[in-house]
Amino acid sequence: MTMQLDVERIKKDFPILDVGVRGHRLVYLDSAASSQKPQAVLDAMTRYYETTHANVHRGVYAIAEEATRLFEEARAKVAAFIGAPSPRGVVFTKNVTEGINLVAQSWGRANLRPGDAVLLTEIEHHANLVPWLMLKEWLGIELRYIPLGEEGQLDLSDLDRLVDGVKLVGLTAMSNVLGTLPPVRRIADAAHAAGAVVLVDAAQYVPHLVTDVAELGADFVGLTAHKMLGPTGIGVLWGRESLLDEMPPFLGGGEMIRDVRLDGFTPNELPWKFEAGTPPIAEAVGLGAAVDYLSGLGMESVRAHEIELTAYALRTLTERFGDDIVIHGPAEPGMRGGVVSFSFKDLHPHDVSQVLDEWGVCVRAGHHCAKPLMRRLGVGATARASFYVYNDEADVDALADALDKTSDLFA
Amino acid sequence: MPGLEDLYREIILDHYRNPRNRGELPSPPAYRVEGFNPLCGDEIVVYLDVSEDGRVVDLRISGQGCSISQSSASMMSSAVKGKTVDEARSLIRAFKAMMSIHEQRLDADGQPEDAVIEEPGVKLGDLEALQGVVKFPVRIKCATLSWNTLQQGLDEADQAAPSPA
Ligand SMILES: Cc1ncc(COP(=O)(O)O)c(C=O)c1O
Repeated sequence: MTMQLDVERIKKDFPILDVGVRGHRLVYLDSAASSQKPQAVLDAMTRYYETTHANVHRGVYAIAEEATRLFEEARAKVAAFIGAPSPRGVVFTKNVTEGINLVAQSWGRANLRPGDAVLLTEIEHHANLVPWLMLKEWLGIELRYIPLGEEGQLDLSDLDRLVDGVKLVGLTAMSNVLGTLPPVRRIADAAHAAGAVVLVDAAQYVPHLVTDVAELGADFVGLTAHKMLGPTGIGVLWGRESLLDEMPPFLGGGEMIRDVRLDGFTPNELPWKFEAGTPPIAEAVGLGAAVDYLSGLGMESVRAHEIELTAYALRTLTERFGDDIVIHGPAEPGMRGGVVSFSFKDLHPHDVSQVLDEWGVCVRAGHHCAKPLMRRLGVGATARASFYVYNDEADVDALADALDKTSDLFA
Repeated sequence: MPGLEDLYREIILDHYRNPRNRGELPSPPAYRVEGFNPLCGDEIVVYLDVSEDGRVVDLRISGQGCSISQSSASMMSSAVKGKTVDEARSLIRAFKAMMSIHEQRLDADGQPEDAVIEEPGVKLGDLEALQGVVKFPVRIKCATLSWNTLQQGLDEADQAAPSPA
């Protein structure tokens, strides 16, 4: 049975939520851009620096061994959290963007030839578009796209033709604009049947749903810590070990080598082969603490809370604003994540978010790093409210009240 | 902390609700210049009719954007219409100075220096209502979008004009 989240208690774990803005409480509705951090994460990082810090995989003295142990323990926690068979396939990166670039540069350059096709979708974040557009420029690969169909869902009617002959399929597991949860497994199965490998951008998925890389059917999965209560500066690329083993290194330097001679080098084994230079150690410790925190809440409960809150938000906003608000993406809360992109009257999202800010309500305004999707939706920009474990119905009400004020100002 | 009233002054809202000189001009003969703010997706098109004696005889604005970029464009159009190209240029400099935009120029030793170029003689009038935007740094680009676009249009007009003998 999934436990209901005790949001009132959870809010107390996030020191920033005590910070007032212009005499209002902080109503943080931008977790899809970056989440806030619980005290447990901040403490773990501070404690690490205060008691343990040394470089990892180098010193033989006690604190260096402890730092290495904590760093590798964090890797094991992430592996367990995403259902990875072993920590060997869990590569620490700077963020999900770097993880995707790793795949494009290392796997892509080793496996793609001019004319080879890569299949993406129209709803991708720039992070899963530009690395492939760069390969298109360098190698002359062909890019195909699964189109956006009705109700914020991908149109899979032409999937068989699109996937035919492609070498890699890359897709988001949750749209950061529409909240869409594409049927990753179904697409992955079609990709595998066509002989392609599957890369999943799980930046928005891992923070909000139970993740199992095997169930997703993915060969590569990227995530980014700062969206899942962890610190900035660290992400993870999980890869099927047989693929990672075959791939050439990405960045070169210390840590990623077994041996270096003046005429060559031998790369290290997994996962360090892909971790050149001193890694983000404190950040890994913080990510481990974030994973512990989320596991403590239970990801089923996190998801159930978000469905409930998203349902409340969709209901509240449509009831209060009717035709004045256009909400993009799937209408059914169970079919989407907790991101609500909207257009309000004919107001520009910049103006909307500026006025909301006056009331302490933080929403994102802009193209959300998904310009092709914006063009497809026929909007220059949207405002976006996104929810996480520390949000509740009062936050949604604060958003709606502030929208009323926005409406008054520009009337 | 700056408040909303610093940003959304009544005159700004008026220009946003009732934009002046909206529309298009046949181009050519009018110069048509596009401006783009990649941050917020604002797009503006400025149409400029410059007479042979170097006067902006007509000017139209189209495109879409936030209240700040739209009202700034509207006020700009009213301020610039009928002015000579040189007057329009000093207005642009004065407006950018008000927005605290630092222009790079070479100092006496040929070294680049950043400076706000003041235009002491120029009256900004209603445009001064946009001064509050300076307190909201991310919005400065919205306010200056149409001005940069105008500048580009004037440059094109200058290049096309027969150089004075
Ligand atoms: C779906 C998706 N992919 C990729 C990213 C990029 O994340 P990061 O900037 O941490 O690499 C984001 C977040 O901005 C995202 O929402």
